[in-house]
Amino acid sequence: MYVAVKGGERAIESAHAWLAEERRGDTDVAELNIPQIREQLKLAVDRVMAEGSLYDPDLAALAIKQSRGDLIEAIFLIRAYRTTLPRFGASDPVDTGAMACDRRISATFKDLPGGQVLGPTFDYTHRLLDFKLAADGEVPAAPTRESVPRDVPHVTEFLNQEGLIEEAPLDDTPPPDLTREPLEMPADRALRLQALTRADEGFTLGLAYSTQRGYARNHAFVGELRIGAVAVEMDIPELGFAIEIGEVTLTECETVNQFTGSKTEPPQFTRGYGLVFGQSERKAISMALVDRALRWEELGEDNVGAPAQDTEFVLYHADNIQATGFLEHIKLPHYVDFQSELELVRKLRREAGADQVQEAAE
Amino acid sequence: MKDTFDENAGDKNAGRKAWMGLLAKAPEGRVATLLDAAMARPEFTWLRAPEIGSTMVRGRAGGTGAPFNIGEMTVTRCALTLPDGVVGHAYIQGRRKADAEAAALVDALMQGAAADIVRTTVLEPLEAEQTAAKTARAQKAAATKVEFFTMARGED
Repeated sequence: MYVAVKGGERAIESAHAWLAEERRGDTDVAELNIPQIREQLKLAVDRVMAEGSLYDPDLAALAIKQSRGDLIEAIFLIRAYRTTLPRFGASDPVDTGAMACDRRISATFKDLPGGQVLGPTFDYTHRLLDFKLAADGEVPAAPTRESVPRDVPHVTEFLNQEGLIEEAPLDDTPPPDLTREPLEMPADRALRLQALTRADEGFTLGLAYSTQRGYARNHAFVGELRIGAVAVEMDIPELGFAIEIGEVTLTECETVNQFTGSKTEPPQFTRGYGLVFGQSERKAISMALVDRALRWEELGEDNVGAPAQDTEFVLYHADNIQATGFLEHIKLPHYVDFQSELELVRKLRREAGADQVQEAAE
Repeated sequence: MKDTFDENAGDKNAGRKAWMGLLAKAPEGRVATLLDAAMARPEFTWLRAPEIGSTMVRGRAGGTGAPFNIGEMTVTRCALTLPDGVVGHAYIQGRRKADAEAAALVDALMQGAAADIVRTTVLEPLEAEQTAAKTARAQKAAATKVEFFTMARGED
């Protein structure tokens, strides 16, 4: 039976008005503006762009302001906005070898050509609260040094020269797009990488950590981690050639994984790959570890039944918008559903004679 | 074709490719400021009024392998015609209709008699600014490059 659910309008309007007021907080404190969030909470902006799957720092900053800093809510807003945009096309694959690197490190080669460039990293900080920041934001200018512009080769190329690592041969198969077709199994690597790059950072980190703790261990080294800007080129049909339509900051992680060989592959190093919008190295490393774990089948490894090897488990639970949508819907009115459950439990109890037992006890 | 203002002989579209890329990445309002300082805007009619949309950005597995979708980016595009029939196009990053209009005007003007003045008053300053910004960042990165030194080496 349908039960009337009218009568909530006034309460909802009041709740929204109060939400707006709470979002603003104490009006004696200056209001945050979008450029402040974009410039000073940049890593939150980057996460919203990566998991919202839309590169637009101003929109991500707006979403963070609107969601009161609830990043999953902000990601939800970006995903919803994204669906309203007409798609002009797809870019040519970006060339991360031509990245203008802010940061580029390797945990496997000390003396790699191009050097170890630390960039603006939290690593090597003492993780002590800096009370100076509570007072004012004045910072001295960062030191500079002469630099010669040049492409920075990927570390894996050096191992490739010796044939010690699996190749990633050039391939131009158009990738499937999970924003256009529903996610279905089996998922090829291109689809898995798309799902992982926009996957929840916490979920991806947890899975990656599980592989390090022994659930499908794959002995990962960070062969290379780089953060920087790459140009985005797209073919423009009305022009008949490709032009740069912009520039995005990406974090790329290539893992080099120990591999003793399998039924189908010789002993060599194998690779996991992470590529994420913005400066998000925790996510990029996690993505690379999970990508590598999910590749067990093509590399002829054993399925040890670890969660990180289960493509369906990983991909169907990695999206925080799907997850939170389903999780949070259970707080919405289920009066009718619950009414029927109530009837059922009463009927079962009658049948089991529970009523009599209770009466006897009284 | 008039769209061959390239100094590089190889690719006949190289010049236009370069300036359209420069315009796509220009900071908000910058192209309009430079253009308006240089000249009065010519009349034009819209072929396609400014429109905001997205482009799916792709990467390659392992950096060099099969392509996959990373996510979209916002893009604004438009096309216009000058009275002499020259068509200007713009595809620029972000949601910036006024900037797309200025970029398409520059693209059209670069194909006509005003090319030299537009090059020196709009494109060259824009390029210099982008190069300076890029260099400043690269120099900060260079300052964080690790200089390993070895205390004692077991070889000559």
